[in-house]
Amino acid sequence: MKKLMIALVALLPTLVFAAGGNVHLDKAEYDLTDKTSLQNGAKLFMNYCFACHSTGYQRYQRVATDLDIPAELMQDNLIFTDSKIGDLMNNSMDEKDAAKWFGNPPLDLTLEARLRGPDWIYTYLRSFYKDENRPFGVNNTVFKDVGMPHVLEELQGIPTAVFETTVVNGVEHKTIVGFESNENGEMSSDEYDAAVLDLVNFLVYAGEPNKLERQNLGFWVLGFLVILFILSYLLKKEYWRDVH
Amino acid sequence: MLKKLVTGTIDWVDARIPMTETWNKHLAQYPTPVNFNFWYFFGSLAMLVLVNQLLTGIWLTMHYNPSAEGAFASIEYIMRDVPYGWLLRYMHSTGASAFFVVIYLHMFRGLIYGSYQKPRELIWIFGMLIFLVLMAEAFMGYLLPWGQMSFWGAQVIISLFGAIPIIGDDLTLWIRGDYVISGATLNRFFALHVVALPLALVALVFLHIVALHEVGSNNPDGIEIKQKKGSASEEAKGKFTFHKHYSGKKDIIDAIPFHPYFTVKDIMGVAGFLIFFCAVIFFLPEGGGYFLEPPNFEPANSLKTPDHIAPVWYYTPYYAILRAIPDKLIGVVFFGGSIAILFLLPWLDRCKVKSIRYRSWIHKANITQFIICFIVLGVLGALAATPVRTIIAQIASVGYFGFFIALWVYSKNEKTKPLPTRLTFK
Repeated sequence: MKKLMIALVALLPTLVFAAGGNVHLDKAEYDLTDKTSLQNGAKLFMNYCFACHSTGYQRYQRVATDLDIPAELMQDNLIFTDSKIGDLMNNSMDEKDAAKWFGNPPLDLTLEARLRGPDWIYTYLRSFYKDENRPFGVNNTVFKDVGMPHVLEELQGIPTAVFETTVVNGVEHKTIVGFESNENGEMSSDEYDAAVLDLVNFLVYAGEPNKLERQNLGFWVLGFLVILFILSYLLKKEYWRDVH
Repeated sequence: MLKKLVTGTIDWVDARIPMTETWNKHLAQYPTPVNFNFWYFFGSLAMLVLVNQLLTGIWLTMHYNPSAEGAFASIEYIMRDVPYGWLLRYMHSTGASAFFVVIYLHMFRGLIYGSYQKPRELIWIFGMLIFLVLMAEAFMGYLLPWGQMSFWGAQVIISLFGAIPIIGDDLTLWIRGDYVISGATLNRFFALHVVALPLALVALVFLHIVALHEVGSNNPDGIEIKQKKGSASEEAKGKFTFHKHYSGKKDIIDAIPFHPYFTVKDIMGVAGFLIFFCAVIFFLPEGGGYFLEPPNFEPANSLKTPDHIAPVWYYTPYYAILRAIPDKLIGVVFFGGSIAILFLLPWLDRCKVKSIRYRSWIHKANITQFIICFIVLGVLGALAATPVRTIIAQIASVGYFGFFIALWVYSKNEKTKPLPTRLTFK
């Protein structure tokens, strides 16, 4: 038996549809201080996502600087259009063509992590399954009937959904309780999860490139304000001595 | 030599405009009740937040592009490419919520200590006008990022005017400047947000303070510190000199000059406030999705309605009242009425005693239920409506309006406690 049941039990509680139609999302334990992960995420994004999805509010230069990627390396290996390094990261897909191919033009993903949250992206990219009824042959449990192919197929392969049939009030309901890998991907399940996490990490970074700077500065500001508060309290006490 | 130059300059200015006179009359010799407590920080904090909004707003305007095509991208340009643009933007967006936090607490102070009562009715009216203009200012500001919630929030609120009979449709058209919310709406909201309404706000704040200084501050005891000339003892009058504008006609008791006593105290308040304010700016700028709502990270799209449109948290109590009423027109009437009735507070409260400290248990219970209803409405207004929630919102709406009706009824012959003759510290 070539097929392997993967993590079925572990995924059971995480991938079942909740009562309200909301999907349980797996927690994305991303780490913005992990430059290697961010670099790998940027590489994956540029290679697999960028052909359709821009990050058009962000500049190549900024990514190179923040992620410690030398400008030359960035220009040679991660810029696929004829853009210069100071340009915004827009792909060369024509919006009208895109609308024709996919129904809707693919969204800009600069702010995707702030719009839907990192957990959503992390779960979504790990929830494609084979569905011959869909134009691209795949469907997704997080985003039902999504108009996008499984672009990471060469890494993950195309999993098959495992259904469970329940009878509620005499009506049969088919729910997806897990996925079964067809083992056609280059990566193992763990490797794939790690790669997706790197991609999520990059999108979280792209959503707010100043996040770490903001938090680091925040500690200094709060430290200063605590000292200021203590001093202003003492000053007030000193002045008010002749009132009480 | 230097001293002579300084005094010479001051004399020169004083001969031309009343600089020292104004300083003394409104700060150094302005009598302030000595027993101000925690609740009295929020007036000066509201001024601080106003200045924060004005300054960060000016700098944001330098980089913002007020057009339907460029607005959303220009915000991201500010967040990424403008040096410390992210800080300016978060100071401004957090400042908007902070403004409402301090204003609500400031109004709560006025409510519990009866600061709206005679002779301070005009201070309350100016304050309410500030609150009204502030709501308009925040509403128009929220459209400017041109995100999904900006667009659909504005869509929902502007369409409310359409419920007004006869003129409704023309009125919404006039507000939008178009048949739908568009670049025309964005441009006029921008003009009102950065020029017209800030001018009105600053003017109203000025009048609020002029009116305050004319009659003097109330205090947690709700008794007057200005007494009949010659009636107060030297001990009560204390050792401080006050401007003759105040002490000429009245004896002033239990007061201290605003400067330096309340300037140093307010500096402490500012430092304390900034700890919370900056904690949000630097560590929680989205305010858990309530200060910056997630759908607003997607550009406005007139063809795609978000699943759940919720106004920003500071409007949710009134929005919940609106939704609690099935008929749209009646809902709009009560929505407007929930703000309008606050203007009447000085005349609805007929009690002679101001502070909650010396008023009846009915009054204490009434204020408590009012605050609970207000918070419940605020929570419900942020959530999607369900049948159960609608019923709770209806009950809370009754409690909200019931507060004013009950107040008018019992305050006429309220059983109050005896007032102290001097200010107390609690």
